[in-house]
Amino acid sequence: MIEARVNGVDRELAEGSTVATLLGELGVPAAGVAVALDGVVVPRAAHVHTTVPDGAVVEVLTAVQGG
Amino acid sequence: MDDPLVIAGREYSSRLIMGTGGAGNLSVLERALVAAGTELTTVSIRRVDTAGGSGVLDLLRRLGIDALPNTAGCRTAAEAVLTARLAREALGTGWVKLEVIADDRTLLPDPVELLDAAGTLVADGFTVLAYTNDDPVLALRLEEAGCAAVMPLGSPIGTGLGIRNPHNIELIVARAGVPVVLDAGIGTASDATLAMELGCAAVLLATAVTRATDPERMAAAMRHAVQAGRLARGAGRIPQRFWAQATSPPLRT
Repeated sequence: MIEARVNGVDRELAEGSTVATLLGELGVPAAGVAVALDGVVVPRAAHVHTTVPDGAVVEVLTAVQGG
Repeated sequence: MDDPLVIAGREYSSRLIMGTGGAGNLSVLERALVAAGTELTTVSIRRVDTAGGSGVLDLLRRLGIDALPNTAGCRTAAEAVLTARLAREALGTGWVKLEVIADDRTLLPDPVELLDAAGTLVADGFTVLAYTNDDPVLALRLEEAGCAAVMPLGSPIGTGLGIRNPHNIELIVARAGVPVVLDAGIGTASDATLAMELGCAAVLLATAVTRATDPERMAAAMRHAVQAGRLARGAGRIPQRFWAQATSPPLRT
């Protein structure tokens, strides 16, 4: 297992987990969300082949009321 | 379309841009948005709530309103640029309301970080609508940096203090080659009318409607207020005079 900080919460992931796997585990649809891995945006098309490294900081964001 | 608002080549018949913040729930927000007649409305980018999304995007899509993501809460150019890129990825739009604030008490824009972020985002292909201070010099600098609209505040966000420096807004309008949108500080309908009378191309407001006692009714008031101000601006007001000027013919005695 590896550990990543996802939206401010430490989370264990299977080694080799991709961004797509993580979104699946979170129960978040890929549409309407954006993912930053260690401060860099991961384009949607790259979710399936971008692995989450050990110790990564992942932010999963979406649109909410505001402004 | 009669007298459309044109930003970066996109046309809107409504000159009232709304925010979605502060509404008690989505059904209150929906009624307010419909009453406002808005076609462009801001949203914020935040961490997903795995218990279920806020549904605001679905609402805007259903109402046929374009979503304008903002960078609210960002304090540095780097934060704002990352947030804009995430918004583009999440929403599939290259439009962004750029907001870089200096501190929590005033929520005033940080001009240095703002201009820095604007340059970076324009170079990255974004259509940048910059929330700025009512500073005519900064407004020009933002336009030169490639912003598609400059959006000076009337007064700080959420204060409802109206337009504290109308002359500065007029100075910004007089020299701007891009639409000027009065953003922040609107308290009631007359503030929105004044913004349009001063020559602004549009008004952006949220709190004045969403936290009004009756948001739907205030939204309707704002729609009419913006239209009234636009008409008055185009109609050419009379000069102000010191002494009275009779409107009836003199009595023949």
